[in-house]
Amino acid sequence: MGKRTVIPFGPQHPVLPEPIHLDLAIEDERVVEAIPSLGFVHRGLELLVEKMDFQEMVFVAERICGICSFMHGLGCSLGIEEIMGIEVPERARYLRTIWSELSRIHSHLLWLGLAADAAGFESLFTHSWRVREKILDIAEETTGGRVIFGACKVGGTRRDIDGETLVRVLGRMKDIEADYRSIAAVFRDDYSMRHRFSGVGVMSREEARELGAVGPTARGSGIARDTRELGYAAYGGLDFEPVIEDAGDCYARCMVRVREVHQSFDLIRQAAAKIPGGPVEVKVKGFPEGEYFSRLEQPRGEVIYYIRGNGTKFLDRFRVRTPTFANIGPMVKMLAGCELADVPVIVLSIDPCISCAER
Amino acid sequence: MFHYDGSSCNGCDIEVLACLTPMYDIERFGVINTGNPKHSDILLITGFVNTQNAEVVKSLYRQMPDPKVVIAVGICAATGNFFRECYNALGGVNTVIPVDVYVPGCAARPEAIIDGVIRAAGMLEEKRNMLKDRK
Amino acid sequence: MIEKQETISITIGELLEKVCRLAGEGYRLVQIGCTRLDSFQVDYTFDKDYRFLNLRVLVPADKAVIPSITGVYWCAFTYENEIHDLFGIEVKNLNIDYAGNFYRIAVEAPFNVSRPGDEEKE
Repeated sequence: MGKRTVIPFGPQHPVLPEPIHLDLAIEDERVVEAIPSLGFVHRGLELLVEKMDFQEMVFVAERICGICSFMHGLGCSLGIEEIMGIEVPERARYLRTIWSELSRIHSHLLWLGLAADAAGFESLFTHSWRVREKILDIAEETTGGRVIFGACKVGGTRRDIDGETLVRVLGRMKDIEADYRSIAAVFRDDYSMRHRFSGVGVMSREEARELGAVGPTARGSGIARDTRELGYAAYGGLDFEPVIEDAGDCYARCMVRVREVHQSFDLIRQAAAKIPGGPVEVKVKGFPEGEYFSRLEQPRGEVIYYIRGNGTKFLDRFRVRTPTFANIGPMVKMLAGCELADVPVIVLSIDPCISCAER
Repeated sequence: MFHYDGSSCNGCDIEVLACLTPMYDIERFGVINTGNPKHSDILLITGFVNTQNAEVVKSLYRQMPDPKVVIAVGICAATGNFFRECYNALGGVNTVIPVDVYVPGCAARPEAIIDGVIRAAGMLEEKRNMLKDRK
Repeated sequence: MIEKQETISITIGELLEKVCRLAGEGYRLVQIGCTRLDSFQVDYTFDKDYRFLNLRVLVPADKAVIPSITGVYWCAFTYENEIHDLFGIEVKNLNIDYAGNFYRIAVEAPFNVSRPGDEEKE
């Protein structure tokens, strides 16, 4: 048994795109305990409710995080619409679904790239990002923004996708998916990727449930939980099943994401086939009064917003619990007992989004 | 070039990363992203400065060799955006260190970031000449 | 309506017992959130097979102490430390107590401000 040493990990660390800080207590090469701390990106934007009205809060919510930005805006809008009893037009719901799935693809591809990078597979990283650029092109063509769409608002969407564009985009998506398939095969079958991720950071199904893991982190441990099944936006009318893997290690979590990208392509096709005509927004009258917890599935897992309105234009409370925050507990448990060299891979495997977690 | 993420929302960060990938490939201009401030002439900062990272930003700036250029990418790094109203924020990057180039946008587009970096490289040249003249 | 949400108001005394029972029934802890009204409203949210259940506790603002549920749900430490750091509520018997250092922020308990109606804000 070696002497116990504490290694500070982060905030500025070559493997981390974002500032998170961990204190790793290690004995020899083995991590005994990991203690995270937050605050480097903490903005306290939940308190902005005092200065921004409820419609502007959607704008603020989109900037909680630049990766799942559309879904943050969507969650905020859904909650406010639920409180105010606004019936969103059918077409807007389908548009929201399409954009949500586009963000999921781009977020997963981003993660896959970073995962390849963490495994030292540089060319796979650039290939993932190359495909991701094509998805961003579609996002830009349909919303005007690359990463922050600004397309969602209380009562509907700001933009519409006309039929011609939709057909063109669907055609391009076919090529993109074929392109993606060749990358997915590398993640699935390549010896070095398997070697790096298999058996690392194992979390059993029981543990995942007890620790409150969400999203791909939970699904990688065999828990079939996907908040999309609640049927918000247009998910109620689409056919899909949560993607699950049973191994509970980093490789399983990686595979969940790989397969979810295919699922998202499929969902976009389904939504595009079913999308009805009509308006994309309704007029919003009055101010929200009441409270609601709105939940939805982000690329990283379930996010929950608590919104409380008091009948004025300012909300009383806007609280966000992001998937990364829920996954900190599981991450700490996974890190205990691992080898120091595996820390970056394990931290990455929950797909941490620190600016989400700290808001 | 050295990239530090202040308190940004990630939007600009991933666009900075996108600049390194084949589509935009900033390396073709001879700019390489490093993880070490002592190896870099250009400090690229996304996001605003808060009470926690102000010291970190200052120390990174100090560690860089002269001449050096600072790029503030995105509206948050320039002015703090609406986050400047938050209790934890100090404001744009220029509240703690001098900034040479501001890249606009929320999130800043890769083309704009590349333009900013090229401009910064030009300024670096000027600063180098100025240092020489002083000697 | 996307889903039915059930909120049950309980007292601080009942909290641990109720939480224990939910854990036994296989509920998952979704989140713990806090809202500053005249008193603190602390919401413990649970979920089982998409059934949404929320336990609501009102804590008086002047002596804000809540018991920790980390004995039941280990992972609750993140939420409870967050509540402590942002709202200044004391949490008893935390398994991992950061003593106010979970969030590294300059202002103490920034979310502990009274809501509209009070004039003390600038």
